[in-house]
Amino acid sequence: MLLHVDHVTTYRYEAPVRSAVQSHRLTPSLCEGQRVLDWEVTVTGGTPGAGFRDGAGDFVQGWTVAGPVSEIAVTVRGRVETRDTAGVLRGLRESVPPEAYLRETPATALDRGLRDLALSVQAADRLDLCHQLAGAVAGAIAYAPGATHAHTTAAEALALAEGVCQDHAHALIACARAQDIPARYVSGYLFADAEGAAQEAAHAWAELHVPGLGWVGFDPANRCCPDARYIRLGSGFDAQAAAPIRGIARGPAGREALDVRVAVLTGEQ
Amino acid sequence: MGKSARGFGVDSIGRRDGFDEMTGTGGDLRQPYARLQDWVQAMPVELRSLKQAEAEALFRRIGITFAVYGEGGDPDRLIPFDMFPRVFSAAEWARLERGIKQRARALNAFLVDVYGRGEIVRAGRIPSRLVYRNEAYEKEVAGFVPPKGVYSHIVGIDIVRTGPDRFHVLEDNCRTPSGVSYMLESREIMMRMFPDLFRENRIEPVDNYSEVLRRTLASVAPLKCDGDPNVVILTPGHYNSAYYEHSLLADLMGVDLVEGQDLFVEGEYVYARTTEGPKRVDVIYRRIDDAFLDPLCFRPDSMVGVPGLMDVYRSGGVSICSAPGAGVADDKAVYTYVPEMVRFYLGEEPLLENVQTWQCGKAEDLAYVLDRLPELVVKEVHGSGGYGMLVGPKASREEVERFRALLTADPGNYIAQPTLALSTVPTFVEEGVAPRHVDLRPYCLVGERIELVPGGLTRVALKEGSLVVNSSQGGGVKDTWVLAE
Repeated sequence: MLLHVDHVTTYRYEAPVRSAVQSHRLTPSLCEGQRVLDWEVTVTGGTPGAGFRDGAGDFVQGWTVAGPVSEIAVTVRGRVETRDTAGVLRGLRESVPPEAYLRETPATALDRGLRDLALSVQAADRLDLCHQLAGAVAGAIAYAPGATHAHTTAAEALALAEGVCQDHAHALIACARAQDIPARYVSGYLFADAEGAAQEAAHAWAELHVPGLGWVGFDPANRCCPDARYIRLGSGFDAQAAAPIRGIARGPAGREALDVRVAVLTGEQ
Repeated sequence: MGKSARGFGVDSIGRRDGFDEMTGTGGDLRQPYARLQDWVQAMPVELRSLKQAEAEALFRRIGITFAVYGEGGDPDRLIPFDMFPRVFSAAEWARLERGIKQRARALNAFLVDVYGRGEIVRAGRIPSRLVYRNEAYEKEVAGFVPPKGVYSHIVGIDIVRTGPDRFHVLEDNCRTPSGVSYMLESREIMMRMFPDLFRENRIEPVDNYSEVLRRTLASVAPLKCDGDPNVVILTPGHYNSAYYEHSLLADLMGVDLVEGQDLFVEGEYVYARTTEGPKRVDVIYRRIDDAFLDPLCFRPDSMVGVPGLMDVYRSGGVSICSAPGAGVADDKAVYTYVPEMVRFYLGEEPLLENVQTWQCGKAEDLAYVLDRLPELVVKEVHGSGGYGMLVGPKASREEVERFRALLTADPGNYIAQPTLALSTVPTFVEEGVAPRHVDLRPYCLVGERIELVPGGLTRVALKEGSLVVNSSQGGGVKDTWVLAE
């Protein structure tokens, strides 16, 4: 599948900031099933740092913007040719052992509800268990944009029984860990032609580790494993660690507005 | 020996149930202390209290009042200084030095390995859980090899002595061990107060520490650095309990002392704001924890770090000492495996012994420990500073029972060790001179070369019979002498 990505994130500052620093995970992973035809990230007024590939295989790129500026736009444009790998991540060069992904973070901390959910399913086979956990999470948290926010934890989302892809991924990570399965948060893009496509285009899911297979993606929000409609960018313990853009601005205190537009289209050019 | 009757002779150094570094186990004067015996016997009682007061005034004037690394406690409390030096012969030190350097080399090899291929884990020589599930294992630096393959540039190894030839390592400090300012200031004060002692004894100097530290830090500048490396010390600020030490070291090395807000990232490099404009920084000797280094990589709420620093670091634009992630080598559970690291990486037998340690997380070890709790020392795996610790033989029944409950509830959080008969060194006390238990923290510097200044921080438990030397628990410091051949 040929996917076109057009992703613009705009930060507007009421009072101009003196400087801004960002760290990006905005480049498609080098793995089987996705081939980058062209890809460009630009930051208005920005100076790029020296990019590098980190231990999890993500391409990380720092940017600095010298102020004063009252608006910074991060634009991502590119084309990726994708292929369905049934959710199995292959070919990514990484040096972090799976066992390191058994760590709890505030967003993925277990509470009784998550533990009960995790232990409500059973399977002799690890892959089967992962599928069941993803199904249990999808069943327990209904897709409801606006019900949660960026800092909602897995436990809170489960208690609300509503959330978005970030909450599904956090809940699945927490449940997997309760079963001693290494799990991590993945951020990327999704081509969706159905309703809600725009909201889902900047997407997130989870990867769980299955001995013999390696990392396998699960997307409880869509009750499937990532396929040719998905572009993988990077991973981390949780949404914050895997964020495509982490940034900080220095300057006078003032209101900050964030505008994100993402379009993922398919085409044959 | 008229003076000994007044309590200043060696005769009065009472206890005989352990190894005293001045009088051994049999009461015979040991050679390294020969001249100190004359010194202490010749010192009139009035002079002694005068000198003690002078020493305290000097320490206060210098402003050296902080607590040793991770000990907590009141940062403004003056740590008592004891004028009676602790002495090593050249031969004793040579042996210690080989052991310390060997250990520092093995710890660094371990760090490079566990952030690389993890051979020691694959070989089954250390449980993977202890490494990769360790809170201090920093996945953000996996696959990254710091310049010269060094993660821990200043290794503080806490050592105790139990006999003429027996030294044991209590713990390793691979992150930012502090206390070296005590080593420097104790020496300075002793030289000022007792210049004669330094003429009569041939004592190896320690004042080149800052020069060696500077050289060590400069030697790990990134490849991208051309010319003389610009080294800075990054401090969390003046409210930090070790701020005095940060500023002293910056002064002595002739480098800038900076806070997070003084540094900024632009493009591929880190710069310091100076009166002459931005100046590129090549090496950061940081005295802040990993979690606070960079809000874009670690804790987003850190106000003392430098946004974007980790991206510059990992792309080779700046060196950070100690390297982020170094802490995985120095917790008390990993400690057990350091002798194994020496064998695995260096193919040598460890020159310094560990203290036998029971991992309460293992069922058979826990059973053994619970059985002998009143004889053992119990510590938290991640604890420091003598808090959350049980010294069985000195503890009340209630305390022992309290620990029994703690151990049963969360065994993996504890280790246990036998209660060691730590060596004693004569110490000035109210009644005269008496033996008090000591430990030693030397500071091994690792860069292109491994270097050790002959000396260290000797901490002394001032309470009679006490085995806890931490300043938060009533410990003091002494000057540490290494005699020249």
